[in-house]
Amino acid sequence: MKLKQISVFMENQPGRLAEMASSLGNAGINIMALTVAESTDFGVVRMIVKDFEKAMKILKDKKFTVRETEVLAVEIADQPGSLGKVLKVFAENDLNVEYMYAFVSRRQDALIVFRFDDIEKAIAVMKKSGIKVLTNEEVLALTK
Amino acid sequence: MYWNKEETLPRKELEELQLAKLQAVVKRVYDRVPFYRQKFDALGLKPEHIKKLADLRNLPFTVKDDLRDNYPYGLFATPMSEVVRVHASSGTTGKPTVVGYTRKDIETWSDLIARCLVSAGAHQGDIIHNAYGYGLFTGGLGFHYGAERIGATVIPVSGGNTQRQILIMKDFGSTILTCTPSYALYLADVAQEQGVDIKKLKLRVGIHGAEPWSERMRDEIEKRLGIAALDIYGLSEVIGPGVSCECIEEKHGLHVYEDHFLVEVIDPKSGQPVAPGEQGELVFTTLSKEAFPLIRYRTKDLSRLNTEPCKCGRTSYRMSRITGRTDDMLIIRGVNVFPSQIEHVLLNIEGLEPHYLIIVDRKGALDDLEVQVEVSEKIFSDEMKKMDQLKNKLENDLKDYLGVNAKVTLVEPKTIQRSEGKAKRVVDKRKL
Repeated sequence: MKLKQISVFMENQPGRLAEMASSLGNAGINIMALTVAESTDFGVVRMIVKDFEKAMKILKDKKFTVRETEVLAVEIADQPGSLGKVLKVFAENDLNVEYMYAFVSRRQDALIVFRFDDIEKAIAVMKKSGIKVLTNEEVLALTK
Repeated sequence: MYWNKEETLPRKELEELQLAKLQAVVKRVYDRVPFYRQKFDALGLKPEHIKKLADLRNLPFTVKDDLRDNYPYGLFATPMSEVVRVHASSGTTGKPTVVGYTRKDIETWSDLIARCLVSAGAHQGDIIHNAYGYGLFTGGLGFHYGAERIGATVIPVSGGNTQRQILIMKDFGSTILTCTPSYALYLADVAQEQGVDIKKLKLRVGIHGAEPWSERMRDEIEKRLGIAALDIYGLSEVIGPGVSCECIEEKHGLHVYEDHFLVEVIDPKSGQPVAPGEQGELVFTTLSKEAFPLIRYRTKDLSRLNTEPCKCGRTSYRMSRITGRTDDMLIIRGVNVFPSQIEHVLLNIEGLEPHYLIIVDRKGALDDLEVQVEVSEKIFSDEMKKMDQLKNKLENDLKDYLGVNAKVTLVEPKTIQRSEGKAKRVVDKRKL
C-alpha cells in the first residue's frame, strides 16, 4: 500500500533539474509523478518512478542527495468536489497532510500522492472511510 | 595640538621612559602572573636582565592561545577586587578573550582616546556622535570616556537604528563621527535615501577603525560626508582603540602612542624583526597597564613602521594602515570572526558535516556574510519545513555565536571544493 517516493535535494542552479531528468531518461526510467518545492536557494524534488531501486542507484551514482519517503497514492473520482470530500475526511480524523501532488495517468479517475506525517494512521483512516489507496502493483501498472 | 606632553618627547627621552616602564612591567608580570614567571624561568630570564630596550627581544612572545589557555582571568596581574571593568572580544573557538582594567587603566585609556580626538582636531564644545557599539566590545565605551575626558559632549548613540542616527546627527548638531568606516558610508547611503544632505550637516571629522579600510574608502567617506576621515587602531588585548591614530595635519600613518606601548614589526615566520620600514606582523608590549599587561603580544595584523618625523610635531613612529592578517580572521561589520567559530556552530548540529564555505562580500557599504553548508543525506528531508527549520536554526546559532548576521545557503554534498591539506574555507570578495 505504501508507495516509495524518491526525494532529491537540489540547489537552484541552471541545468541541475535537467541533469536529473536526463539521467533517469537515459536509463529508460519513466517518471510517473513529480513535484518540486522551492525556496530561494534550493529545492526538493519529489517523484514516483517506475523502477525505484534502479532510479535510486543512478541518482546516487550521479551524486544527487536522495532519500526514500513513504507516501500513499489515493484514487479520487475525477469530478468537482471529490478532492474536498477526501480532505474533509482527513481533517475530521486529524490527519496532517505535509504535501500532495497529482499523478499523470490515462485512467478515468484522478490519482493524488499524499505525504502524511503519520502514514500508519492515514492508512487506517482510509480503510475505515472507504477511500481507495492504490497498491504498489496497481501504481506500477499505470504506465508501460 | 596635543593632549599629553609625552606625545612630543624627544626620542631619547621617550626611550629612557620606555626602558624604565619596560623594566617595571617585566617585573610586574614576573612577580604577579604565574604564566609569565614560568615562561621566563624556562628561558632563565630574570626581570633584572632587561638593561636596555633591545633586551626586549629576549622576552618570549604572547599569543592569543595563551589568553584562551588562561581564560578568563588567568593573565591578570591584579586581584579582581582592583579590576573595575572587563571587556571581551571573539576567541578562535568557544570562549571569548577577556581583558581587564583597573581604575588607573581606564584613566590611561581615556587619555589615549583623548589624544586621538585631539589629534583629529576635536576639542571641548565638540559634539561627538559615537556610533561604535557599546558593550563588551571596546569601541563604544573606549571612545565615550575619551570624549568626556576632553570635555566634549558625547552622544552615546551606539550601533544600529541608522535612520534615527541621521535624525540625531542633524538635530543634535554632531560635529565628530566615530564609527567603523563601512558604517560611515552606510550612514551616507541612508541619509541620501531620507533626502538629508549629510554634507551640509555640522560634521567635521570622522575617526574610523575596528576594520580594515583603504585610501579609496577614505576618499569616498570624505567626499560623501564632507569630512576629514582619520584611521584609528587598537585591539582589546592591548587596550582597545587608541593604540595609534592618525593626525589631521598629515593623515599619513597612525602615530603609535609609544610611551604606553612598545611596538615591533616581525617576520611572522621567523619571529625576527623585519628591516626598518618593511611589512611584518605588529607586536605590542604594554608599558602602563596594571590589570592586564602583555609582553610582546602578537597581533597577527600586518603593517609597517615609518620612523620619519611627522610635521604635526609628534615624535612617535607611525604605523601604516593594516594591510592584512597572518591568520584567517575576518572582520565583518567591525566584528572579529574566525572560521573556526563557524565550524564550531556547524559541528554542534547533529548530522551536519563540517564542509562549509564562507563568502564575504560588500553590498553597498556594509559587509555581507554568507555561509554555504553542505546538506548530508542524514539531514536531508523531503519536507520543506524541516529544511527551513534547519536553515533558520543555523542562522540563529551563527548570529548568537558570532554576534553578526550570517545568511546560510544549503548546497548539495561534495560541491564545496575539497583540497588536500588546508581547505579553502573563505572567499573574501570585498574590494576595500
